Amino acid sequence: MSEASLNQTVEGQAGADPDALGARVLQAVGADGVSARTAFGELTLDVDAGRIADVALKLRDTADLRFVCLIDICGADYPEREKRFDVVYHLLSPTLNARIRLKVQTDGQTPVPSLVEVFPAANWYERETWDMYGVIFSGHPDLRRLLTDYGFEGHPLRKDFPLTGFVEVRYDDAQKRVVYEPVALRQEFRRFDFLSPWEGVDYVLPGDEKASEQKGSGKAP
Amino acid sequence: MSEHQLRNFSINFGPQHPAAHGVLRMVLELDGEVVERVDPHIGLLHRGTEKLIEYKTYAQATPYFDRLDYVAPMNQEHAFALAVEKLLGIEVPRRGQLIRVLYSEIGRILSHLLNVTTFAMDVGALTPPLWGFEEREKLMIFYERACGARMHANYFRVGGVHQDLPPDLIDDIEAFCDPFLKTIDDLNRLVTGNRIFKQRTVDISPTTLDECWAHGFSGVLVRAAGAAWDLRKAQPYECYEEMDFDIPVGKHGDCFDRYCVRMEEMVQSVRIMRQCVDKLRAPDGQGPVLTQDHKVTPPKRGDMKRSMEALIHHFKLYTEGYHVPAGEVYAAVEAPKGEFGVYLVADGGNMPYRCKIRAPGFAHLAAMDHLSRGYMLADVSAILGSIDIVFGEVDR
Repeated sequence: MSEASLNQTVEGQAGADPDALGARVLQAVGADGVSARTAFGELTLDVDAGRIADVALKLRDTADLRFVCLIDICGADYPEREKRFDVVYHLLSPTLNARIRLKVQTDGQTPVPSLVEVFPAANWYERETWDMYGVIFSGHPDLRRLLTDYGFEGHPLRKDFPLTGFVEVRYDDAQKRVVYEPVALRQEFRRFDFLSPWEGVDYVLPGDEKASEQKGSGKAP
Repeated sequence: MSEHQLRNFSINFGPQHPAAHGVLRMVLELDGEVVERVDPHIGLLHRGTEKLIEYKTYAQATPYFDRLDYVAPMNQEHAFALAVEKLLGIEVPRRGQLIRVLYSEIGRILSHLLNVTTFAMDVGALTPPLWGFEEREKLMIFYERACGARMHANYFRVGGVHQDLPPDLIDDIEAFCDPFLKTIDDLNRLVTGNRIFKQRTVDISPTTLDECWAHGFSGVLVRAAGAAWDLRKAQPYECYEEMDFDIPVGKHGDCFDRYCVRMEEMVQSVRIMRQCVDKLRAPDGQGPVLTQDHKVTPPKRGDMKRSMEALIHHFKLYTEGYHVPAGEVYAAVEAPKGEFGVYLVADGGNMPYRCKIRAPGFAHLAAMDHLSRGYMLADVSAILGSIDIVFGEVDR
């Protein structure tokens, strides 16, 4: 295998043009519910959630593609969209020496078919995505939280989850155990806006509330 | 025998176990001494790196990457820098590329030295870590002399590296190479042929190449299983294309092969380091180490004293930071532990919209159940040592 795969790798380097690969991939998986685009020299496939397992299987098993290695699954949150979550899959074909990205859109309720049957590696990646974003995967054998604490509530990488979180822990000497308490900040969490220091900002600066009130009531100095 | 006497035995491995290489809790289900099921519980070192990066400018995000795989910090920074450079469309000056390659290889030796020697310790040898850590200390001093910090370097910046190397540091790195090869020989004689070490590692958890791909393995684990797959050769970045080195490949994919691949990779890394040193001294290896586009990289301190424009650039870069055009990229490097990737989504602002870190150790640890099922309890620590995990990157 080693020598053969090495030859194929070198051969694949020449044919790694993402546009041509995109056409071949579409032919192999069928264009129904799938669209391909290329940006920054990387091939991305937008896939309907229902077809993801089928597309991944075809990408893996088609003889001249062989995307056999699942590199990564992750989520991304776009709260302004109706289907707010992206689930992003990265696959690698060692024989073609090519990468491909699959993207699926979903919301917090609609489950995405799990890829555990196709790639065993998907197991933890999907658990992580569930943990971080609350995306549900149907058919996953063991969809537990992975990275957060036992008994944690919420999905920390969602854009509406505050950076400081909701609870903090400390060791309580009286109770002789670790206790959970609501986050208490010594000073308010500050998020600096450096985007427009010279154009002025489009929100009221702390301490400036009075200035706008005066303007509103016509008592400007 | 009554039924409850036949019940399987569950034990907790960790969270504080010397062979767990950090904070790992594994629930092992045993039938006698044979492992029936492994359930690793991770996240005890979860710091929310990805969330924090979304709240920082691009320049402020690099130090977080040092703290992922903290035994080879610069290799992680490299992946992030490559991702941002891809979005910005920046070319790194040649001297910057050479320094990056040089320090990536130093990082590779740092990581492999730690893993190989502590792996030997996991299976009962006490001397190798003492010998290995002596060499690691020298390498960390090279880190310190380049950037001021032994571990958390923040040295690879978007557009190149932070500062040029002083000439005597390059001399010292060259002087390090030959004695280090001698140390590898010593380690080889101490460990590789050792009967006890072989009994503990040969034929333990052999993996086929197909299994490796299916479980998302990369790096040493794939090479030990027989594929000459190395991103430095397959998808070359920086100036790896012009470097002359070999990819060691194993046959069985067992713990012993993984160890052997790592040992040989250190020798190859020294080869690359030597070539870098020569190229850094050659006339075409001179020049800037950081791209001179001051919309992205800060100007020199000295310029700021004289040029108003430089002062403004400095102020803008250290408050607002630079804006990165909207888009999404995936950039990967061959980190010592495998493929370390960064999936970066930019929305056109001065902070990343989403930054997913793909750590090699995560996929390897996820397959722990598959790797150790059917082996003895004592083999678990050998397998864990051979897959080379560091919790900084697994938990993120």
